[in-house]
Amino acid sequence: MKAASFAYAKPRALEEALDLAARPGAKILAGGQSLIPSLNMRLSSPELLVDINGLDELKGIRLDKDVVRIGALTTHAEIGRSDVVRKHLPLLSAAVPHIAHPAIRNRGTIGGSLALADPAAEYPACALALDATLVVTGKKGERKILAADFFKGLFETALKPGEILTAVQFKAQKMDEKSAFLEIARRQGDYATIGLAAFATNGTKRLAYFGAGDRPILAQYAAKAKDLESAKAALAKDLQPPADLYHSSATKLHLARVLLERAWNTL
Amino acid sequence: MEHAVEATLTVNGTEVRRRIEPRQHLVDFLRDELGLTGSHIGCEHGVCGACTVRVNGEIVRGCLMLAVQADGCQVETIEGLSDSGELAQLQKAFHERNALQCGFCTPAMLLAARDLQLRNPRASREEIRAHLSGNYCRCTGYQAIVDAIEEVLHGKG
Repeated sequence: MKAASFAYAKPRALEEALDLAARPGAKILAGGQSLIPSLNMRLSSPELLVDINGLDELKGIRLDKDVVRIGALTTHAEIGRSDVVRKHLPLLSAAVPHIAHPAIRNRGTIGGSLALADPAAEYPACALALDATLVVTGKKGERKILAADFFKGLFETALKPGEILTAVQFKAQKMDEKSAFLEIARRQGDYATIGLAAFATNGTKRLAYFGAGDRPILAQYAAKAKDLESAKAALAKDLQPPADLYHSSATKLHLARVLLERAWNTL
Repeated sequence: MEHAVEATLTVNGTEVRRRIEPRQHLVDFLRDELGLTGSHIGCEHGVCGACTVRVNGEIVRGCLMLAVQADGCQVETIEGLSDSGELAQLQKAFHERNALQCGFCTPAMLLAARDLQLRNPRASREEIRAHLSGNYCRCTGYQAIVDAIEEVLHGKG
């Protein structure tokens, strides 16, 4: 299908973007790899698209002491190629090959993925596992939101109308910390049937599942379990995954346990 | 043309300046405005990969980029890359290995394969499959396509 008609603006400064984003019917266009399909299918029909790709301050990866700051417009391909990310955020590096396909990774952005909050997407679960901080800018200034407080529900976030997600900050992984990224999908790059972004620090585990509910979910009971068997049993208390076209809820819970078993010894 | 925006882009080496409706995606623009019908439209929501074109040296889904977003960009399509001879080796291998039947997916397959050849010329069979994972072929079952690319990358006959 073809998209309905809309106006288009490409601001050169964040201030201008915030003014445009505050207009009724405005929508932010980042990488467009989820928004443009929804326009083409007429699931979304904004009056004005505000293309923020001209805002260079929203691009790039920066290591500042023990914090890695990734600009919202940084593409999946750039994150996949980044030596800083490979060294300091190995969980993100491991996630990138699972995000769609090369041609999509060349345009899709981390900020777009986080702001959309698709419950089957990789980055929201990574952000939750790594306890990331999302940086959001509005007309009243900047505010910072922990990933655990950002994802509110199905495609629902703590972003207020007119606000723009500008960056995400991760604590660099330390030598004694570990992470694991696992995903099951029907085809390489397809939506996750279920996936796990896991992080371990000081004997504490953060197990973030995706494709397991209306948002990325921290499996808190399983994370506290002393051994693998009790962790697998405890997952039933953490997850009630909704069935999809091909998998029942019970199958998804089983697969969640399979991923936990695969990740367990690496954490 | 109530929302039309003026854009200037370079397509296969030729500068093009047009007023473009923002809702028009890049492949519709290439096909309908410029007559470059080698880039195909399959699903129009990013699943099939038939619309793959190269923008500023990177392959993208032509249906998931607005034509106005190509303002100031270098766009390359199967037509330009065929004429320049850049794809000749791959095209020859596809032909010899019977790596196409209806040919609908072939232009995009060639662009994805060329992208892999440039980025990872020693790619394994598994890596070839992963790089083509976003391109559907409904005829060949993929084996012959992977064979053809493997032959070009590794000189296997």
